[in-house]
Amino acid sequence: MFTKVGDGDRDLVKVIFEDKEIMAPPGQSVAAVLLAEGIRSCRETPVSGEPRGPYCMMGICFECLVVIDGEPNQQACMRTVREGMLIKRQHGVAQIGPDAKAESDPAE
Amino acid sequence: MLNCDAAVVGGGVVGAAIAYGLAELKLDTVLIDEGDVAFRAARGNFGLVWVQSKGIGCPPYSSLTRRSADNWLRLAEEVKQVTGVDIAYSRPGGVHLCLGEQEFTDRAAVMKQLEAQTEGRFQYEMLDHRMLSEMLPGLGPDVTGGSYSPLDGHANPLFLLRGLHAGFRNRAGRALINAPVHRIRPLAGAFDVEAGNETVRAQKLVLAAGLANAKLASDVGLRVPVHPLRGQILVSEKVRSFLRIPTLHVRQTTEGSVLMGDSHEDVGFDDGTRPDIMAEIARRATRAFPFLRSARIVRAWGALRVMTPDGIPIYDQSESCPGAFCAAAHSGITLAATHAFDLPRWIAEGALPPEFDAFSARRFDVH
Ligand SMILES: Cc1cc2nc3c(=O)[nH]c(=O)nc-3n(C[C@H](O)[C@H](O)[C@H](O)COP(=O)(O)OP(=O)(O)OC[C@H]3O[C@@H](n4cnc5c(N)ncnc54)[C@H](O)[C@@H]3O)c2cc1C
Repeated sequence: MFTKVGDGDRDLVKVIFEDKEIMAPPGQSVAAVLLAEGIRSCRETPVSGEPRGPYCMMGICFECLVVIDGEPNQQACMRTVREGMLIKRQHGVAQIGPDAKAESDPAE
Repeated sequence: MLNCDAAVVGGGVVGAAIAYGLAELKLDTVLIDEGDVAFRAARGNFGLVWVQSKGIGCPPYSSLTRRSADNWLRLAEEVKQVTGVDIAYSRPGGVHLCLGEQEFTDRAAVMKQLEAQTEGRFQYEMLDHRMLSEMLPGLGPDVTGGSYSPLDGHANPLFLLRGLHAGFRNRAGRALINAPVHRIRPLAGAFDVEAGNETVRAQKLVLAAGLANAKLASDVGLRVPVHPLRGQILVSEKVRSFLRIPTLHVRQTTEGSVLMGDSHEDVGFDDGTRPDIMAEIARRATRAFPFLRSARIVRAWGALRVMTPDGIPIYDQSESCPGAFCAAAHSGITLAATHAFDLPRWIAEGALPPEFDAFSARRFDVH
């Protein structure tokens, strides 16, 4: 669906989506990198379980939610890839609750 | 010129419920709404169907609230049946949480008063921290306890509004949208309602235009002294279901969002948000449920309550222009069942019942 116009001469960074290693140009959003890899859906909705993926690419629609480095419900279009980033599908709702362990420090 | 039996001015949750009920009674009804530029509490509220604390010092208001809450299940089921819209109503009871000893003592006194004035029909329990924790897992240590009433519940207020509008149209009601009413002319036995560039001639008139009632009422000899009182609400990302029972300031939707409210600000016709107020709302919510600190807020908004001087609804029929009614309430979700089932019948019959004298704006006249 999408064709890369080239990675330029920049050094690529390595990110991991589920179990797949992806070499991505620095500065790109996680959503752009997933789409360029042909990954069209990155989560299932909590309500109907339907697959969803990046849509607006500008932080409005909340369709592109993923888990990044253990933090749930991250907007893939609003996060920039970083070397070693661990990206997972967001299955349903965030697992925050009375008996869940404290989430990782959000002040990263 | 559009002719009809009844014109309802205002397509918020109050007007839509009344129009829905009038259409069920086979009155040819036109629902007139200003459109998106208006202030619309019906689109910005918290979604509680709340009985505890309503009508303290005003027994008719507590009875009215109780009656509506008791008819809510019927309303939700009927709307589902007529339109397919699921309003997500449930009645697991509700809790008013208290932070600190003083709040707990004050709350206990207020609940006792409500119990006394309803001759014991109001059911509630004061629960301490330990008992409440069994009901609400994850409660923070600052919560001293709270009042629980099995009579409370909650619903999705946007689906309620959508369901009432859809039901109204399914019952052959006509809606006139983007048509601000700027003037109403009383005629002999009818009203000419000037809405946008259309005129609606109606035998009966219902003013349910929220805050705009204040200005429209005088055209038909009514008085509806309502003023705006802002409330801000924060909404979190969807998180695992943890809170089945709604509380006054924190509730979780069936989809998983956590709603946190709400402020009471006298700021005129300004429905914006303010960081300091939002921070205070978040502080109270995270004292109640500390684990919410790791939940992200995805939306926030301000909306204007339709407040009467004493917080009690206004329902009236004009003495100088019979057939003209008005309805204004700051708990339009809670009262939706009464607005859909009871008021329309009385409006169709042409008289409000004697127990509604308590809701007439004549109570504000200086004697
Ligand atoms: C923050 C907040 C939280 C709340 N929480 C709850 C709650 O938990 N439970 C509860 O029961 N209630 C709650 N409420 C109150 C509830 O939302 C209101 O009681 C209810 O929305 C009032 O409905 P309404 O139809 O009278 O007014 P509105 O919703 O304001 O609707 C008025 C309608 O009239 C139309 N209109 C205005 N002027 C004109 C005109 N000149 N011509 C034609 N149409 C016009 C507008 O377009 C609008 O659609 C809350 C309110 C707020 C602000």
